[in-house]
Amino acid sequence: MRRNGWPEMLFHGLFVIFILAPIVAVFVVSFTDKGYLSVPSDGLSLRWFRAILDYPGFIDAFWMSLYLGLASATLATLLAIPAASAIARYRFPGRGMISAFFMSPLMIPHIVLGVSFLKFFSDIGISGTFFGIMLAHVVLITPYALRLVLSSITGLPRDAEQAAATLGAPPFTVFRRVTLPLILPGIVGGWMLAFITSFDEVTMSIFVASPETMTLPVRMYHHIAQTIDPLIASISTVLIVMTLILMIILDRLYGLDRLLVGKG
Amino acid sequence: MAETGSPGSRPYWLSAPGLVFFATLLGVPLFTTLMLSFYSFDYATGGIQTDLTPANYLEIVQDSYFHRIFGRTFGVALLVTLICALIGAPEAYILARMRNPWKSLFLLVILGPLLISVIVRTLGWALLLGSKGAISEGLQMLGIISEPISLMFTITGMVIALVHVLVPFMVLSVWASLQKLDLQTEDAALTLGANRFTVLRRVVLPQIMPGILSGSLIVFALTASAFATPSIIGGRRLKVVATTAYDEYLSTLNWPLGAAIAVVLLVANVIAITSYNRMVERRYAKIFE
Repeated sequence: MRRNGWPEMLFHGLFVIFILAPIVAVFVVSFTDKGYLSVPSDGLSLRWFRAILDYPGFIDAFWMSLYLGLASATLATLLAIPAASAIARYRFPGRGMISAFFMSPLMIPHIVLGVSFLKFFSDIGISGTFFGIMLAHVVLITPYALRLVLSSITGLPRDAEQAAATLGAPPFTVFRRVTLPLILPGIVGGWMLAFITSFDEVTMSIFVASPETMTLPVRMYHHIAQTIDPLIASISTVLIVMTLILMIILDRLYGLDRLLVGKG
Repeated sequence: MAETGSPGSRPYWLSAPGLVFFATLLGVPLFTTLMLSFYSFDYATGGIQTDLTPANYLEIVQDSYFHRIFGRTFGVALLVTLICALIGAPEAYILARMRNPWKSLFLLVILGPLLISVIVRTLGWALLLGSKGAISEGLQMLGIISEPISLMFTITGMVIALVHVLVPFMVLSVWASLQKLDLQTEDAALTLGANRFTVLRRVVLPQIMPGILSGSLIVFALTASAFATPSIIGGRRLKVVATTAYDEYLSTLNWPLGAAIAVVLLVANVIAITSYNRMVERRYAKIFE
């Protein structure tokens, strides 16, 4: 196999700088000691990190996003597991259509989902509630959970299950004691990808969130639309650090490229 | 669990919870929005009339204001897709030829931003693109420009930020197709006397083309419907389709017109995806014949 020469390494270096530049910019600005946007010049300061605590709006939004992600990723995974086993295990009329239907939210722009839920939820009287936002998020993230669960079931040999069934285990016992442990990595990966997608979602959530149920990305969007200050940079830095920790865990557990192929 | 023969009703029971959920929470809302797009809005009272009229669609088709917005959106999407293919595919190839631990490390660096909120990444570009940002300061230091420049609220700035947000998808897609490629076929071609350019063009490119094509589709569809990045970097002056729909819903409160814009965006997206898939399938069917 050929090695990369210096033109390749130069290109690679520029590419990596391009990828890291905005993230580094946020990081650097958040440590400023000034009251306005600037590169820290007279030493680093944590004043803008302490300032986050004075804005309960952002703290509440963080908890909101966390609960929303936990609830909707769990529901989406619970819907995805039986659907994935049907699609992976059986050939039946309508199979292609059912699978396309489950994947269809990936094809729908988030703005379209947002306006549709806005109208639908105000028609049935749950607009702006946690329940409504959660339902909207489940629709959005089920395809991600389904894909990873599906790929783990599809690659599974049937021998162990057939042995268990032959020995007299009822279908649900076979699933719980044999299949489930084998596909657990796919389920965990799908749940995590679903959780992250829910936690980061902004475009659809803007339409379904009320001021009381605003998620963190939505609150940040509204803040940035009015003013860009060191406070929003320090909040972003906290998010970057948390994502980084999660990313390393995910990479160790699952392989980041394998997990993210489900995102495209 | 029966493996062959008639599966009976079991697969339907297994997918039923998801199907009922999706039919209620995806089918009904989309249909409601489709209906809403044929209603009309009374600016005097701010009310919505439930008459069925194609007026909103006629307005989109006839008004040059909407032509500019749709033109800008799809133009930006094409440009972003092209740039992502031109820089993302070579980067994926370079990554594949690296050795561990560098390979894993840089894969993490390049794919990792996909997990960081798009708001955070866009904020980073807002900091860099402003007149006091690193780009303006850097160009002044190099003596390329004498006055500070701001790329905020420009198409250039919007394209740069969107390429950053979406290029990981292209790298990922090409990376996935490179995993199936045996890099030793290159050595074989070199041994047989091909020069490096011929190897790239005749051996590597045809094998990663499916990855580039599927990556392009993802990038195009996501750029055409992007909201947060165009809204923050483009501002209110450089509207795209998604930000226009947002304004109709939440500022003007003309929901029927906003719904019509959303339906047009959805239909354009679905047509682009399906026709592109068909084109790619036909092309590759020919190669494998």
